[in-house]
Amino acid sequence: MPNTSSRALLMSASAALALTAGAVGADTLRIGLASEPTSVDPHYHNLGPNNALARHIFTPLIEQDANQLLEPGLATEWEAVDDTTWRITLREGVSFSNGDAFTARDVIYTICRIPLVPDAPSPFTLYTRAISGLEAEDDYTLIVTTDGPAPLLPNQLSTFGIVSASVSGAEDEVVFGADECTGVGDAPASAEFNSPDFAIGTGPYTLGSYIRGEELRLSRNENFFGDAPEWDEIVMRPLTNSGARVAALLAGDVHMIENPPTQDIARIEGDGFTVSSGLSNRVIYIALDQGDAPTPGIDGDTNPLQDARVREALALSIDREAIRDRLMLGLSEPAGELLPAPMFGTNPDRPAISYDPDRARELMAEAGYEDGFSIVLGTPNDRYINDGPISQAVAQMWTQLGVRTEVDAKTFSAFIADRNGFNFSAFLAGWGAGTGEMSSPLGALVATRDADRSLGGTNFARHSNTEIDDLLVEALQTVDDDERERLLREASTIAMDTFAIVPIHYELTTWALAPGLEYEARADQYTLGSAVVRAD
Amino acid sequence: MVAYLLRRLGQSLLAVIAMAVLVFIGVYAIGNPVDILINPEATERQRLEVMERMGLDRPLWEQFWVYFGNLLQGDFGRSFVYGESAMSVILQRLPATMELALFALVLAIVFGVPLGVIAGLKPDTITGRSIMAGSILGFSLPNFWQGLMMILIFAVFLGWLPAGGRGQTTEFLGMRVSFLNADGLKHMILPAINLALFKMALVIRLARAGTREVMMQDYIKFARAKGLSYRRVVFVHVLKNIMIPVVTILGLELGSMIAFAVVTETVFAWPGMGKLLIDSINRLDRPVIVAYLMLIVFLFVLINFLVDLLYSALDPRVRLAQRGAQ
Repeated sequence: MPNTSSRALLMSASAALALTAGAVGADTLRIGLASEPTSVDPHYHNLGPNNALARHIFTPLIEQDANQLLEPGLATEWEAVDDTTWRITLREGVSFSNGDAFTARDVIYTICRIPLVPDAPSPFTLYTRAISGLEAEDDYTLIVTTDGPAPLLPNQLSTFGIVSASVSGAEDEVVFGADECTGVGDAPASAEFNSPDFAIGTGPYTLGSYIRGEELRLSRNENFFGDAPEWDEIVMRPLTNSGARVAALLAGDVHMIENPPTQDIARIEGDGFTVSSGLSNRVIYIALDQGDAPTPGIDGDTNPLQDARVREALALSIDREAIRDRLMLGLSEPAGELLPAPMFGTNPDRPAISYDPDRARELMAEAGYEDGFSIVLGTPNDRYINDGPISQAVAQMWTQLGVRTEVDAKTFSAFIADRNGFNFSAFLAGWGAGTGEMSSPLGALVATRDADRSLGGTNFARHSNTEIDDLLVEALQTVDDDERERLLREASTIAMDTFAIVPIHYELTTWALAPGLEYEARADQYTLGSAVVRAD
Repeated sequence: MVAYLLRRLGQSLLAVIAMAVLVFIGVYAIGNPVDILINPEATERQRLEVMERMGLDRPLWEQFWVYFGNLLQGDFGRSFVYGESAMSVILQRLPATMELALFALVLAIVFGVPLGVIAGLKPDTITGRSIMAGSILGFSLPNFWQGLMMILIFAVFLGWLPAGGRGQTTEFLGMRVSFLNADGLKHMILPAINLALFKMALVIRLARAGTREVMMQDYIKFARAKGLSYRRVVFVHVLKNIMIPVVTILGLELGSMIAFAVVTETVFAWPGMGKLLIDSINRLDRPVIVAYLMLIVFLFVLINFLVDLLYSALDPRVRLAQRGAQ
């Protein structure tokens, strides 16, 4: 939607604020969401809005804090007994919102259920496929065995909430089997979870009502094992249009909104609202096709992008600080890697890639491209914050270098079809590390494409470096945290030194809140009403 | 009349089938829904599994055949995004859109027709000229901007009305509707006006042109000469005669208001079908897109049919012509 409209809307909004702002209803928190969850079922669609909603109602074994560091959830302790065995100690005395006690049976049921969810568009099997054995030593101790070393198991267990086995119709004894579980009963359809009778979890809230597209109500779970949450009731409304979302905040219809448009943030803040922003786990990058020569979008029989010097020149000619200051209005951080420090596996000392047009020109000359070449830069224009304008800016910077760049901007669904068909020599995209550590971006974007090893799934640049692959594979087999982090750092360093991929910046995620409210920005970009507090 | 009905039905059926083919191929060309739906961290194997389950791994003609076969049995398929029957996902949203469109239609008629008639009766007065000037604004201001301005003035500045959403709903004939309680009505006013303004301007222009034309006719002069009051001439003779074009246009416009209230629904976060369509297009939820368009074809056909019936009620010549044809 046109940004000018929402700006026009805000231009003169301040006068009315004295009347409307600051009226946070006694104990109800109203939130305007930028995108709506597609289901209340926590195991149906592995997607940000769904996972954020699920965190209110269902608790995972292991929680991720605002920086995606692991902390106890329904499990109080987890330790690797050996390379392929984990012992997980469950929290005692926890009950579901319907009063049933939580035990190991619920965990086994949940992990058994994940592959059985009917019609799941993005199943959570991604996070459970490593598990080959699961046994309850007693009601509160679980022994997990894995096929090979699975150092990411705790991260993976932090991605899904635990549902009640009894409510879902399981038998008294649920037994895990790598191929098939027994005692799970009939797997309930996801739609059933949209009813409050079925959405029974151990989270801080319970489902009050859910009308798709309209509103979702959560009420406080009186049986919650943690600190009692601040709000009696949370109401979430999908307000997908950013202008409408800002208007709803200004008019006092909602107390909190996700992703206010960048150009409106100064205004919102100036009018007394609170803006919370923080580094996300999402990097915006440019991938350069190194697979074939010739490559689409570049004239001639050669592919200059196969030359690391050309890639470096392209990387050095991007003025990341200008993009941050002019386009992102401060809401990005120039990147030098694929994940911001201090997340796991990053090199904290590595600076952002500098802006050095002179060096870039030298490199182009060294590579034999003094006269540059022409290229098409593909980009979505409705997916990432200011994605279209960023690509336009990069195109201008590259053109100054002598690489005549044409931008091919499309809606995300059309863009992704072209990208996955290898139709771009260069494209801009983003990657959010769900696990919050370095093997996620490296494994997906940089590792050699290899379906058998589940690596390089999003490596549409077809970069291939066995040195990086080997380090990564070794890291993914290393349970020792320090050693794994060292391997990931090394792999990241090589990838960045060879300009396998060109990071631009890390997005900052923002929330705007009514005066008097506070929210700690989360790296995973989740909006958790349960974590919104009154400022005292 | 029966032959006429059958012919219409046959035409409509053809339209529906042609639509099914076109839409299916069009949507198929956009891209692979799994790429949008699946978490990017998923492995290639998982991607293939999901594609297989959705039947997307098969060739186009086979997918179409399966789809069309199900369609003949009244099954529009399951939404990729929601995992529920596509038609039921849409029908959940239908009441919200219908009541908004009907409310807007009422506004357009109740204000549009009298204003148009006044402007037609007194074309050279200040009133007449201001009505016409106002209708130009209604025509030319973009819907989107109008909506935002209305939110700005009535919700943000004055705080009289909510900025969006549907508000409280009441159960009515098994549907949830807003117009039966104060909170719901309050939420409906701004979006309904937003949706109605353009149609109102259209009705004003039609009514004005019609009035000016009818006033020149011999039968009006005759009625006046016969000694009928000015009032009766306007309310019976003029009004009835200008309604035919107005009803035709509004019939078609009602269809488009129901089908494509997308802008209004987006700006006011009104949970209707238009918003669902946009969301579904962005997520490539093919079954919902196709089912939606089929439903719209059906609605248009139905509305056109009703308009034809209304015609014959309004214009005796149409009735006579039909009788003559038999």
